[in-house]
Amino acid sequence: MYDIKALYEAESVQHAIELLQEHPEAQIIAGGSDVLVQIREGRRAGVELVSIYMLDELRGVSIDEEENIRIGSLTSFSHITNDPIIQKYINVLGEAVDMVGGPQIRAIGTIGGNTCNGVTSADSASTLMAWDAVIEVTGPEGVRRVPIKDFYIKAKVVDLRPAEIQTAILIPKESYENCYGHYIKYSMRNALDIATTGCSVNVKLSDDKKKFERVRAGYGVAAPIPMRATAAEEFLKGKKITEKNIKEFSEKVLEDVNPRNSWRASRALRRHISVVMAERALRESIRLAGGEING
Amino acid sequence: MDNGYKVVHCTINGKKVEKVVDVRASLTDMLRNDYRLTSVKKGCEVGECGACTVIIDGEGFNSCIYLAVWAEGKEIWTVEGLISPEGELSDIQEAFIEEGAIQCGFCSPGFIMTSWEILKSGKEYSDDELRKLLSGHLCRCTGYENIFRAVKKTMLRRLGKKKEAEKVNSQGITEYPEPMPFM
Repeated sequence: MYDIKALYEAESVQHAIELLQEHPEAQIIAGGSDVLVQIREGRRAGVELVSIYMLDELRGVSIDEEENIRIGSLTSFSHITNDPIIQKYINVLGEAVDMVGGPQIRAIGTIGGNTCNGVTSADSASTLMAWDAVIEVTGPEGVRRVPIKDFYIKAKVVDLRPAEIQTAILIPKESYENCYGHYIKYSMRNALDIATTGCSVNVKLSDDKKKFERVRAGYGVAAPIPMRATAAEEFLKGKKITEKNIKEFSEKVLEDVNPRNSWRASRALRRHISVVMAERALRESIRLAGGEING
Repeated sequence: MDNGYKVVHCTINGKKVEKVVDVRASLTDMLRNDYRLTSVKKGCEVGECGACTVIIDGEGFNSCIYLAVWAEGKEIWTVEGLISPEGELSDIQEAFIEEGAIQCGFCSPGFIMTSWEILKSGKEYSDDELRKLLSGHLCRCTGYENIFRAVKKTMLRRLGKKKEAEKVNSQGITEYPEPMPFM
């Protein structure tokens, strides 16, 4: 038995919002791979829960009328990896979430939960940051959209107001069109481990494939919340694809990444691998985009 | 439900069932205590060891971090459901015995259910893919190689590749070094 004070099962998004208004102390449970484990640990013992797990309307990936890729917040990691829309337009996200935990965790873990728990190590977070995802939140006042960089406020705190739930994650067309990316997770084990640091890079090349039109680099565990290496990104904009530029880009990520010492790894190691991962992920992104390194 | 109990209807091992369940129960609790399906093991109870793995609507889940009330309307399979009407073991279980993939047996039901999920796809996986698909289970006895061989052999046999399946053994994925001579 879990140490749960009460469990309220939502039957629709509207019902979930009403339940959260009726029970302001209640916490939201989606897949439960964080919440239930923390109840077992005692950290959340005695909680009231509003379960949204049964809301199948929040599952699945589609292209909406504005041509955004729309990922329902309860879509599990394994369903994201196997989804044809994800594979076609943002395969890197499917690859990134395929590195979470083990197979059974990927069957229960949801992308909404992965972002709403506000941790920097979330495998989906650096890619969603790097692709300028937009978070759709539904609450008593209706629906609002928040750019993911504003959704993360500080460690374990996200922009969810009372009685609001995250209902979808959107990837805008200008973000995914002609864009190719690669994610690298550096961890001690291949399975059932969290990232020491994770890096997700994507590129949009010029039509002749010789220049970078846009480069974006997102990091997890390089700061208290997922972040972008904006100085490095700015540097490569419009530049030619050369060895020198690739090297300079990867060195420049140090202007933004700000990891800490923790029992899992030192700041020095994390800074070092941030540079190496940026270079490798950039090279792979260039390859996927069909670009060539000239000079 | 407000009083802390709820009727949960589901299909377990092909049989439609319903019971009143405590909302605080995990699916492991429900399967073990209410349905006496004790192949579902309580290991870590935090989703790390995979001993409680069951199949829900075709996918493997850790039943220890799954609320029993979420089983409403779902189709669940446990090891008890793999037995044939004549009482014979499945090919996966036979292979586990053949390969010595079982020692204490605690991880076996979970591994067998994940193997069932892997093999029902009918695909031929590479060794690396198989290892990744099996990675959500911990075993402290076998060192995994025997389990890996049992799953790979069953996969090849089901694909009609009997010769290759027998080679999995003789090739000896685990090559033991020559014993040290006495000095």
